Amino acid sequence: MNWIDICDITDIPLRGARIVKSSMGCVAVFRTTEDEVFATSDRCPHKGGPLSEGIVHGKSVTCPLHNWVFDLETGAAQGADEGQIATFATQVVDGRVLLDATNIMTALAAE
Amino acid sequence: MTQKLIIIGAGMAAGRALEHLFEQAPDAYDVTLFNAEPRGTYNRIMLSPVLSGDKSFEDIVTHTAEWYEDNSVTCRFGEKVVNIDRTAKTVTSDTGDMLSYDKLVIATGSNPFIIPLPGHDLEGVIAYRDLEDTNTMIALGDKPDAKAVVIGGGLLGLEAAAGLALRGVDVTVVHIMGHLMERQLDEAAGYLLRKALVDKGITVKCSANSKEILGENGKVKALLLDDGTELPCDLLVMAVGIRPSVALASDAGLATGRGIHVDDQMITSDEDILSLGECVEHNGDIFGLVAPIFDQAKVLAKTLLGEEAAFVNKDVATKLKVTGCDLFSAGDFAEGEGREDIVYRDPARGVYKRLVLENDRIIGAVMYGDTADGNWFFGLIKEREDISEMRDTLIFGPAYQGGDPVDPMAAVAALPADAEICGCNGVCKGQIVEAIGNGATTLEDVKATTKASGSCGTCTGLVEQVLAVTLGDDFVMPAAKSVCGCTDLTHEDVRRLIKSRELKSQPAVWQELGWSTPNGCHVCRPAINYYLLADWPLEYADDPQSRFVNERNHANIQKDGTYSVVPRMWGGITTPDELRAIANAADKYDVPTVKVTGGQRIDLLGVKKEDLPAIWFDLNQAGLVSGHAYSKGLRTVKTCVGTDHCRFGTQDSTGLGIKLEKHLWGSWTPHKLKLGVSGCPRNCAEATCKDIGVICVDSGYEISIAGAAGMEVKETELLCKVATEEEAMEVISAMTQIYRENAKYLDRIFKWVAKVGLDWVKEQIVDDLPNRKALAERFEISQSIYRTDPWAEHATQKAETYQPVANLTLEAAE
Ligand SMILES: Cc1cc2nc3c(=O)[nH]c(=O)nc-3n(C[C@H](O)[C@H](O)[C@H](O)COP(=O)(O)OP(=O)(O)OC[C@H]3O[C@@H](n4cnc5c(N)ncnc54)[C@H](O)[C@@H]3O)c2cc1C
Ligand code: FES
Repeated sequence: MNWIDICDITDIPLRGARIVKSSMGCVAVFRTTEDEVFATSDRCPHKGGPLSEGIVHGKSVTCPLHNWVFDLETGAAQGADEGQIATFATQVVDGRVLLDATNIMTALAAE
Repeated sequence: MTQKLIIIGAGMAAGRALEHLFEQAPDAYDVTLFNAEPRGTYNRIMLSPVLSGDKSFEDIVTHTAEWYEDNSVTCRFGEKVVNIDRTAKTVTSDTGDMLSYDKLVIATGSNPFIIPLPGHDLEGVIAYRDLEDTNTMIALGDKPDAKAVVIGGGLLGLEAAAGLALRGVDVTVVHIMGHLMERQLDEAAGYLLRKALVDKGITVKCSANSKEILGENGKVKALLLDDGTELPCDLLVMAVGIRPSVALASDAGLATGRGIHVDDQMITSDEDILSLGECVEHNGDIFGLVAPIFDQAKVLAKTLLGEEAAFVNKDVATKLKVTGCDLFSAGDFAEGEGREDIVYRDPARGVYKRLVLENDRIIGAVMYGDTADGNWFFGLIKEREDISEMRDTLIFGPAYQGGDPVDPMAAVAALPADAEICGCNGVCKGQIVEAIGNGATTLEDVKATTKASGSCGTCTGLVEQVLAVTLGDDFVMPAAKSVCGCTDLTHEDVRRLIKSRELKSQPAVWQELGWSTPNGCHVCRPAINYYLLADWPLEYADDPQSRFVNERNHANIQKDGTYSVVPRMWGGITTPDELRAIANAADKYDVPTVKVTGGQRIDLLGVKKEDLPAIWFDLNQAGLVSGHAYSKGLRTVKTCVGTDHCRFGTQDSTGLGIKLEKHLWGSWTPHKLKLGVSGCPRNCAEATCKDIGVICVDSGYEISIAGAAGMEVKETELLCKVATEEEAMEVISAMTQIYRENAKYLDRIFKWVAKVGLDWVKEQIVDDLPNRKALAERFEISQSIYRTDPWAEHATQKAETYQPVANLTLEAAE
């Protein structure tokens, strides 16, 4: 594990997301109503829509371009659509959001 | 000569009987209809949805003034008959008028029973029977911290309690028996029902005996129980049962018992007097549900026409119309010698089902939580079907019989043609299938031809399923019209409920309207957010997280992830300074494309998200603000040059356009809103294909609405003509507001007007001046919050949020 402190949990809006930039693309970091934090690739596998700009509901996000819905826990597309986004481990310690950077580069590069 | 028919009472029984009479012989009788209530027939059953705010009174009127007129019925509503003289064959009303009849029908229904407790005549002690009672309860909901006590834990009492609770009243139900609805439910189902009501915030006291109603200054203050408990209340509703209304008949010397005695032909002891409904007694039975009463109505109409017919009383099943409390009960479910039970429970889902068997036949069924199979069981009870073959899987319902895969539709497909679908109107599946064979394709068609689903409405889902099963792909389940998968409610339902139940937050909507998801989805959230901010501008704060990306980021996202930025140019007018600022911004932020839009302004395409706050800041410095080119809200007011420069111009169209844009900008609407103002009928601003268009003429301003120039092209329709600019502004404010308050999210004005009708819109804002003013004032209240530049706010206070929270490019790769 390679935990990187990225922000305060309140920097991410409730039912919203912020992005973390990397040389291979962006990671979207989501915060749900229940204050859980999830990190996934920001790129929708369908047409590349920025998932961090989607509407967050329950533990899912809807891509802003064509409404594909992804489960934030597993990264799997919901419903009739087939697709998968990379997910990354996160934890919240004393209100700070930590992101496990171990696989980020390889995972984003593979997309 | 046509015979004179007088009917006393215009309740549900009389209404239905008249329908049958006129269907068969429109001119057989000259009909006079008396009603003590000051109105004609309405669907009394649906008072409960009116109380809870699900329906309005207009929705439940079954016989309108036009209907009576078309059928030449002389209506004497608000007039009570006080005497019948059988020898002279006349009736006398409380106005003293005396009328003679050839045939008389008594349909006086029943009176609510009021327990003669001390204090029962205090002000604020009511029954639950008619619109007046319902309105009294609704009014209580407007009082802060109101409290009510309902005596009686039966069907009516619980519907009253649930409705009051939804209106925000603190309600206590006092029930004398050990569990609720003891005549219809066993203890287990009663327990689940009680739990559901308690979850709705209702206090339930069973085995509680009322002793005295306490008052103060002639008004009810509290209910005292015989154990000494005092329950304070502002209103006391007594729903403890009904008594057939027989006084008029017995005074006239007709044979009566508990009710007015009638034979199988609905004739009383006087051959020229017939009777039906809750006021009658037939073979020792009296009636309290509409199903048998509607059967009586058929028979009575035939008897009046001299045709053979006989009324046969049948079993009825009971359902409660309280949202979230699905229960069904039919037959006999007392325990007894030789009786066996099949019980199914699913505590997690709050489901309980019990069948009572005797000699391999079902004799009773009680279900709570999942009542879909109720009618199927009811059919088996009525048919006395031998169920030994399917005993093992019986409780799972028809879908499991014969080893078919489980499919919600299979249950309905499996029903035989004579299975009853609509209990109220006694319509079976075969009749609905036949109606479909004769061309019915929608629920409305089926309702019109068979009456199925027209009364209590609980069978609507079943009727739709029969349509779906019979028509296959030709039938689109109207459920598809619900907002989204999170709810079965339609947009229209949700809008109405947000207003009537005063739901002012998203959690309130999810909770009170029973959303199936924790916080909605991408389909419902933007709609609900819009409805809440449109209805409660001061109380509800816009939620950016429930907006699509463009509205959240105040710019239009492009397919490559960059954004477009469109500053406002009021009425299409700009200045060299503004143009220079736009040019400078385009240079500074490497804007690849600069385009002139159809809305008379300039679009900077290809701005990176991180640069948005900075470019807005720069544009703000030159006095430019957001053009809301991304919003479901006011976009542009397109103008032509008008009298200032044009030789044909009749009025200052540019000036009016600018005023309108400055007045309307920043407002959110169900879909985008585009206006045009043309200075003369040559119409250079293309005002006649806008959502709202103004054409200036010599004598004033022609305001038209509901144009379209997208995938659909449509000319506007004239709303009204006004003389002054002030009036034009007011009409347009009111128009915008009425659209904001009523339309379904994502309906442009033309779509919405197609649903409500231009006439309705005219009535509201052209004919009704106080209403126009009130709408314009409400628009102004909303604008006091929303008439601001979001760019300025974001550029100065939220710029940070447009940047990544962290940048790993700088971290060492793993
Ligand atoms: C809140 C509520 C919910 C209900 N829910 C259901 C349900 O879910 N399912 C169901 O099957 N049934 C339900 N019922 C019962 C159903 O409404 C009645 O069975 C039905 O309305 C009886 O019809 P009626 O014509 O006999 O009487 P009513 O509809 O009561 O009509 C009688 C009319 O006669 C008038 N009248 C009386 N005396 C005179 C006079 N002397 N002169 C002139 N007019 C007079 C009265 O003003 C009244 O308008 C409900 C009832 C209520 C109140
Ligand atoms: S069962 Fe009441 S309307 Fe059909």
